[in-house]
Amino acid sequence: MPLGDKAGLKPAKPMREVFGEALLALVRENERVVVLDGDLSNTTKTLAVREAFPERFFNIGLAESNMVSIGAGLADCGFIPFITSMSGFLLTNGYDQLRLNIAIGGVNAKVVGSHGGITLGKDGPTAMAIEDLALVGGLPSFVILVPSDPATMHAAVRAMAAWEGPVYLRSSRVAMPHIYPMDACPFEIGKAIVAREGDDLTIVGCGIMVAAALDAAAMLADEGIEARVLDLHTLRPLDERALVAAARETGAIVTAEEHLLHGGMGSNVARIVAEHYPVPMRFVGLADTYTESGDPEDLLAKYGLTAEDIVLAAKEVVRAKRRR
Amino acid sequence: MTVQDKPLSLSQLEELAHRIRCTILEITTHAGSGHPSSSWSAVEILTALYFGGVLRHRPHDPWWPERDRFILSKGHAAPLFYTVLAEAGYFDRDLLWTLRTVGSPVEGHPIRRRLPGIENTSGSLGKGISLGIGHVLGGRLNGLSYRVYVLLGDGECEEGQIWEGAMAAAHFACDNLCAIVDYNKYQETGPISREMALEPFAEKWRAFGWHVLECDGHDLSALLTSFEQAAGLKDRPTAIIAHTVKGKGVSFVEADYTYHGRALKPAEADRAREELRCR
Repeated sequence: MPLGDKAGLKPAKPMREVFGEALLALVRENERVVVLDGDLSNTTKTLAVREAFPERFFNIGLAESNMVSIGAGLADCGFIPFITSMSGFLLTNGYDQLRLNIAIGGVNAKVVGSHGGITLGKDGPTAMAIEDLALVGGLPSFVILVPSDPATMHAAVRAMAAWEGPVYLRSSRVAMPHIYPMDACPFEIGKAIVAREGDDLTIVGCGIMVAAALDAAAMLADEGIEARVLDLHTLRPLDERALVAAARETGAIVTAEEHLLHGGMGSNVARIVAEHYPVPMRFVGLADTYTESGDPEDLLAKYGLTAEDIVLAAKEVVRAKRRR
Repeated sequence: MTVQDKPLSLSQLEELAHRIRCTILEITTHAGSGHPSSSWSAVEILTALYFGGVLRHRPHDPWWPERDRFILSKGHAAPLFYTVLAEAGYFDRDLLWTLRTVGSPVEGHPIRRRLPGIENTSGSLGKGISLGIGHVLGGRLNGLSYRVYVLLGDGECEEGQIWEGAMAAAHFACDNLCAIVDYNKYQETGPISREMALEPFAEKWRAFGWHVLECDGHDLSALLTSFEQAAGLKDRPTAIIAHTVKGKGVSFVEADYTYHGRALKPAEADRAREELRCR
């Protein structure tokens, strides 16, 4: 069943295309925005900016380290650099530079990692960013954004440009269905969105797993379990209030992410819940393993990142809650 | 005491370089750590740049948009850099004696804008040229024609990013970018020629599309001439390979590369003070 179908969500175009459109709109309206590319503009979908605004677009070539530092220099000249490439290459090759030239000095640079997670599919594990959120998590001054649909992608691109300081945005190769209206998206940095109300448990998701969580919630509703779905599009600053409220009001939490469980969204949610209001938790995400080449849907199924996986975790955590 | 905006005469520059060398000794020994030998090798380079009328800057308006940029890429020359900034009037000289202590902005390696005049964070090596390119491209978009100076260590040129930056600076025709290599011939564990050879060094820069100038990095007059020449070279960036002596001025440090990354102990500092004739 296509992602979002069970929840009645409308299909959308691939997120990287949505990102490309959002970025082009931003470049058009804000003359301080410049775009840096690691020779992947056709892949990350920044190509339209190159064509429309060549003077504010720099292809730095296959040199991510160089690109990050050049972006930092542009930021120091008062520009808002969007430093873009595939996440798996940008964060790994550019990490020292992200830390030294952007994070430590709190430079106003924006970093976009395209093709987050395993859904880039056939290029295989060497290109997959399954650790990007953990890596950016290690850079304390960075805001971390993981949009879940076209509306949040547009809102996130606008919000990160307006935010003073380093921001990382995860983009994706695949489509994520429409969850929020394009003209009235409740996105705000650091404020999780309640995408569905429910009292029996909360499913906290980010990125593509929000639509999967909404599917799972619809399936659970068929069995009389009402799940709240919390769209945790901002991993830093974490919306502690929404997480603690979820724990207190629903008594059980499942987290779902297209990322390693180690150092990802779920572990950060667990830290907050454990500290403020411990409740039973289950974690849907990637175990300590690299995956393989394949169709995104097949990969999500094989590595346990489907609505069905969330349903199983939800039933388990509700049972654990009732045993208490 | 601060230096005036007017370029200093050669004899004034020499006197100032001497004072800077002595201050580096005092503040690193006081801190009990730091990199005096890597600082001493570049004293004349920064003295010429900041006080010889090369760098256009305003210590009392440190982020003046039209300023020439100085990017310290070899961050371990921090004691030198801080001393130069204090001499230029960016901040109070007394702060130098808080080097490497909790609560002080005078960090072991400089942090961007932690103090006026500190353009960039450094301490992990290899970033300066790339950052400088960003300032060049940003200057172009802003319609400003300032120059960008980057001080590199020689061992630092083993970092791959230096050559990514070198390639890109030539590609973007950054002729207002000038890299100065403090070529003191030693890295932490020994002679560069033994540990990771850089030669043929000038040829490498030329092959990457740069103008190359070479000079005695302790000869203030030669340095000023090189800076002037570099400013006149067009279409491509310029590398000034400044031949220097690590630990310059203190014989037992010059003779022993194991002084990299450590301050002189009080007794050693007494000997050094005597040799340098610090008052």
